[in-house]
Amino acid sequence: MTTDGAGSGPTAIIERRDLQALFDVLLQRGYRVVGPTRRDEAIVYDDIAVIDQLPAGWTDEQEGGRYRLKRREDAALFGYAVGPHSWKKFLHAPIQQLWRARREGDKTTVEHEPPRPERFALVGVRACELHAIAIQDKVFLNGEHADPHYRARRNDAFIVSVNCGKAGGTCFCVSMNTGPKVAGGFDLNLTELLDGGQHRFLIEAGSDAGREVLDQLPKRPATSQDAKAADAVIAATASSMGRSMKSDDVHQLLLRNLDHVRWNNVAERCLACSNCTMVCPTCFCTSVEEASDLTGTESSRSRRWDSCFTMDYSYVHGGSVRSTTRSRYRQWMTHKLSTWHDQFGTSGCVGCGRCITWCPVGIDITEEVAAIRSSEPH
Amino acid sequence: MAYTAEAPAIAAGDDPMVPRIGRVRRRVRELSDVWTLTVEMEDGRPLAFAPGQFNMLTAFGVGEAAISISGDRDRADSGLIHTIRAVGPVSGALTRLGPGDVIGVRGPFGVGWPVDAAKGSDVVIVAGGLGLAPLRPLIYAVLASRKDYGRFALLFGARTPADILFRREIEQWRRRLDVEIQVTVDTSGEDWYGNVGVVTALVPQASFDPQNTIAYVCGPEVMMRFGAAALRDAGVPDTAMYLSMERNMKCGVGLCGHCQLGTAFVCRDGPVFRNDVLRPLMAVKEL
Repeated sequence: MTTDGAGSGPTAIIERRDLQALFDVLLQRGYRVVGPTRRDEAIVYDDIAVIDQLPAGWTDEQEGGRYRLKRREDAALFGYAVGPHSWKKFLHAPIQQLWRARREGDKTTVEHEPPRPERFALVGVRACELHAIAIQDKVFLNGEHADPHYRARRNDAFIVSVNCGKAGGTCFCVSMNTGPKVAGGFDLNLTELLDGGQHRFLIEAGSDAGREVLDQLPKRPATSQDAKAADAVIAATASSMGRSMKSDDVHQLLLRNLDHVRWNNVAERCLACSNCTMVCPTCFCTSVEEASDLTGTESSRSRRWDSCFTMDYSYVHGGSVRSTTRSRYRQWMTHKLSTWHDQFGTSGCVGCGRCITWCPVGIDITEEVAAIRSSEPH
Repeated sequence: MAYTAEAPAIAAGDDPMVPRIGRVRRRVRELSDVWTLTVEMEDGRPLAFAPGQFNMLTAFGVGEAAISISGDRDRADSGLIHTIRAVGPVSGALTRLGPGDVIGVRGPFGVGWPVDAAKGSDVVIVAGGLGLAPLRPLIYAVLASRKDYGRFALLFGARTPADILFRREIEQWRRRLDVEIQVTVDTSGEDWYGNVGVVTALVPQASFDPQNTIAYVCGPEVMMRFGAAALRDAGVPDTAMYLSMERNMKCGVGLCGHCQLGTAFVCRDGPVFRNDVLRPLMAVKEL
């Protein structure tokens, strides 16, 4: 999917009552439409076909180790921040079979699992999440060996992004320069407008595919007042970030402080549960698992998401390289904020705040960075 | 990372996670828990490699492990050679494969020993235990064009006389007059007349010009740290020392994350690193 950046096409307005047409067109075009929906008291990403499956009138309260849904006073469809899911569960599958081997007599053959192209339409992608997808693109597509399974899912993905109308309590995209305004990488981009009692969406196309879909939707041209309302929504979100992090020097800051006492401090709180790596939209590590039938004639290998917080992750004969929680937390945070720059030319953090919200003990990456910065030994 | 060695790689476009099928042609017991397998690729295409590179070997139904190549690159068409210590379920299963058994091969991966960098220089190889296996292709390469190099010293340490890997071959090399070979063991009985002590203690005894030497070190991590320190004490700069690192690996191509060491993916940027790059990383505990 190629996109040509933001604001490239003329913007239009779709009324709330007409938005179902977007889903209809995407489904007609053969996309598997996935988007936010309410389940188990959280907003998760799943298959959706009708607009009623969006979490209308819901929002979330997020803090370190805390996530609660609550009712909004209006019927906004995208009036919440990001939940525990990220789009990587569709593009970088949690479990992926790599191959099957079969033994027949003296002959063994390996059948390699062909990448299954899937045409996802991802609806409701936030600016931070677009950056996260771009980061995983660098990891999986830009290296010497591209991952064929990721590529098969990513190539034809149609992205409907949304400018955030509400910052979560743990959000810090402004600090990471990843939001809240969507700035490219989308096919269609929405801004939800509720001012003046008119529930409507400002919509713009960012690609040819997006323009084709937009042509099929009922709409009216956007007025300058609509544009102003959209700018106000984004400005309000940008000014209400729940967290902030000074990010311009964090790359070198952490490399200089690999033996800082703060790592001991955080290790006393960290449970090494791996929640932060599971909810992180950029964490990409995997392990492999072998399975075989009882007769030993068939076996297969699958890869599944893994976490640098486990002991197995760094195990070599004789023991784990990172046997302490201190070193495992340090690996995660320095990779995310520091060595990721050296490896992929970008930060591994997009400021979505998930790792803070879903940490059972509320460890806060922004607080940890600040603590190291304020007590850096000289 | 800091240098590039000649490194054959698997063809771009092939799915790097899918193994090729090989068959074990020969299985030789080296030590009580170490075997050398000679593998032929079933498709008949020999696997070209550079000294110091490794493959991911699959025992079907059990799993996969990163194993360095211990054979001669100039004889790649006579079989792919790996020397494996049985320490876990996968390496145990690999060492139980006998002639005719099927084995999965992915690779070769990584950046190996710079072979040509030492031409015109003295060569010092410091090996501990099974660390001699990934160094053997380098030894073959140096001996194959012996006149291109200066003095050649192989310093090898094993736990006991019974743990001396490739013993017959070491004895053959030692018959040559153009190599210096020192072997030491950590502990021994009365039937051992050689050196006793850590391999790093052999460094000051070896004859080489520290200002014109390339050193190659492989063994347990603590042995490499002390080995590098002994070489430095002897006057060899970090920029002339190469060490091979071991880390957990699941993919071999920098995608699974497991082998990270600071900014490096050991599978892709290593396993061989120049010591000026490696030393600051090894100085941080549990990095």
